[in-house]
Amino acid sequence: MIRLSIPLRQALSKLTLPVLIAVAFGLMLLGKADGMIATRMRMALADALAPIWGLVAEPLAGVHRAVDGMRSLATLYQDNARLRAENDVLRRWQAVGLALDAENATLKANLRWVPEATPSFVTARVVADAGGVYARAVLLSLGPNHRATKGQIALDERGLVGRVTEIGSRSARVLLITDLNSRVPVTLESSRGRAILAGTNGARPRLTYWPEGVVPVEGERVVTSAEANAFPAGLPIGVVRYNANHVPEIEPDARLDRLEVVRLFEYGLNDLAPPELSIARQTERRK
Amino acid sequence: MSDRLPGIRPRPSLGRKLDIAARQSFPTVVTSLLLMIAAAPLGLAAQAQIQLAVALVSVFFWTLVRPGSMPPPAVFLLGLLVDLLSYAPLGVGVVILLVLHGLTLAGRRVLGRAGFLLAWLAFAILAVGAVALQWALTALLTLQILPVSPAVLAAILAIGAYPLLAVPLGRAHRTLAEPDRA
Repeated sequence: MIRLSIPLRQALSKLTLPVLIAVAFGLMLLGKADGMIATRMRMALADALAPIWGLVAEPLAGVHRAVDGMRSLATLYQDNARLRAENDVLRRWQAVGLALDAENATLKANLRWVPEATPSFVTARVVADAGGVYARAVLLSLGPNHRATKGQIALDERGLVGRVTEIGSRSARVLLITDLNSRVPVTLESSRGRAILAGTNGARPRLTYWPEGVVPVEGERVVTSAEANAFPAGLPIGVVRYNANHVPEIEPDARLDRLEVVRLFEYGLNDLAPPELSIARQTERRK
Repeated sequence: MSDRLPGIRPRPSLGRKLDIAARQSFPTVVTSLLLMIAAAPLGLAAQAQIQLAVALVSVFFWTLVRPGSMPPPAVFLLGLLVDLLSYAPLGVGVVILLVLHGLTLAGRRVLGRAGFLLAWLAFAILAVGAVALQWALTALLTLQILPVSPAVLAAILAIGAYPLLAVPLGRAHRTLAEPDRA
């Protein structure tokens, strides 16, 4: 320890706070100038904490299930009646679906349809909320030798969740479609109109930039479009709902507020190509 | 503080030194643990805001009752932890916690003697300021107008969380975290 005189030590202790505030502003500039530093620090911390959160996630999921169980006990009778009615409707839809499936198979056989390759996927557990006050994202826990990569598409059992934006050695961060920075090219299923789904940080992302002459209809299904080569076509996203201000929003199919397990699909899409590469491709096209 | 009392005392044994160190680091350690728990998948709504509320309440409370156990470097590290856990632009959490710490220290002479309600009122004002500063800095760093409602929710949650956290923390302050009781 260096021995300092008492007045000097007092002066130094008074200086600590302003100096640290200045350092914090420096940190802000550093984070702004080089985004990789923040990403690397975050993923290092996430890699360290993911196994611990993974351990906690298991009992927590048990608690959630128990609470859900208690709740469903209370509404058992009504649920049963509702499910019986729903089952009747679904049986009719099953008949329609099977007929359409058979018809589709014959048509494909006649058209010499080349089937699309089934994408490979990895399943991962959601271990933490990796969003903040102004972001919507989740953290996935992966094994040490995972094959997840940036840009992969995350789906839960019902629909589109988001895309992988950061990869660590044991964890991955998925930006949800509700995040303020999320933009997804979509197709309105009945009118085939293209639009962009823009996240607002709220529970329902907003539908924007639909073409003239096409109006999103309440309750219409919305799927991804292959435009810009960021997503494969036809992944289910949700249904159109108009809010009180008459703005079309999407009610996501995926249960984004209670994600437990997601699948990361590899479609081999090169959406995150560096800018030089895309310029090179444009010049190639011109030739 | 036992240092301020005159008298000759035997040199503390290793166990006692460890006990004192543990008691002194209690505020920062417990705050970082609470932050990590708040980032776990609890399935709560507005968990990010809860995390921010925990950070604001803890820094304010410990700065008020025992600044020796919540020094500026510790506040800096807690802010960094908040930024890294909440994926906010780097440095924003650090700045708001340090400013909160500095303002609380400045008003400590008055607030230390004031009752619980006045401290709560002071915290409410500081929390609103901190959340507004966070909103402004984040908007500036991401170059976009951010929605205001998450910030309002964060401020309300922080103000509401203060009595819930201050009561157990106050008890800990007098028992677990008290170096004199080592």
